[in-house]
Amino acid sequence: MQHTDTLTLYDSQFNSRFLLGTALYRSPAQMSEAIKASGSEFITLSLRRQNPQHNDGEAFWQLIKETGCKLLPNTAGCKSAKEAINLAEMSRELFATDWIKLEVIGDDYNLQPDPFELVIAARELIKRGFKVLPYCTDDLILCLRLRDAGCQVLMPWGAPIGTGQGLLNKYHLQSLRERITDIPLIIDAGLGSPSQAAAALEMGYDAVLLNTAVAKADDPALMAKAFSLAISAGRSAYLAGLMQRRQTATPSTPVLGQPFWHQQ
Amino acid sequence: MLKISVNNRELSVGEDCNLLQLITIAGFAEQKIALAINGEFVAKNLYPTTKLAQRDNVDIVTPIGGG
Repeated sequence: MQHTDTLTLYDSQFNSRFLLGTALYRSPAQMSEAIKASGSEFITLSLRRQNPQHNDGEAFWQLIKETGCKLLPNTAGCKSAKEAINLAEMSRELFATDWIKLEVIGDDYNLQPDPFELVIAARELIKRGFKVLPYCTDDLILCLRLRDAGCQVLMPWGAPIGTGQGLLNKYHLQSLRERITDIPLIIDAGLGSPSQAAAALEMGYDAVLLNTAVAKADDPALMAKAFSLAISAGRSAYLAGLMQRRQTATPSTPVLGQPFWHQQ
Repeated sequence: MLKISVNNRELSVGEDCNLLQLITIAGFAEQKIALAINGEFVAKNLYPTTKLAQRDNVDIVTPIGGG
């Protein structure tokens, strides 16, 4: 079923609620096929030091351009606001876009965002005219501070990057969605299966961003399609309105007229 | 001569070397790049007029897949 509702991020509208990463694929062709199968219109990418002799950046760039997708460069690997701000400036120039997925990592073990540096970087980048999509934890206060800093989209993690653990802290994520209703929220990172993506959308999250679960699947294009269907299903379920959970059973078949029943 | 570092690789360049010349010397001519000196972004339009200094650390980056 096609949805007519669109996702609005800053001043742009998207038909797809699936943001896909471009790393970790076994081959460039596999990446292109997965992006196509996902129906994604917004893909993440990055900048790194590379050997100039290989000129891998140019080949990658050609493939990315062919997708026709909007680009969301990231500041992956940055550990301070200063690093992230400078990498964002480099991305803006090279990719000709104001959009930036802001990552400032505070811990090497679980790649948890550094909330303090994140807010400093977000504030500065917004001042410089960037459209900032911060990768953050599910901490309510952090998210409120990022919104106060001017972020018009927030991207809390489902679980640490690359773990495939899904929505680890449903209570916090649910609270976040209930408290922050005026801007889009995207679950970024930690999703391992389509059912987890569906659950995020059912919870009212506006979109999901993932990479590893698709890139590391035996068949990335098929997995991308599976996620796309799950995201669509989750969104439909949210719009349709989920039933209230109950503690006790309630028969769905009418009790009135039950045969073989006799008053004692 | 100036001793500088490009992407963590030691390089010797002339005293008058600017960033535009350095990009060619480092092998990145005609490539899609962005650049920082000592951690600070330098815009493309400043390459011809930006001179290098002793022990500068230059980062030259190119596009790559990311999540």
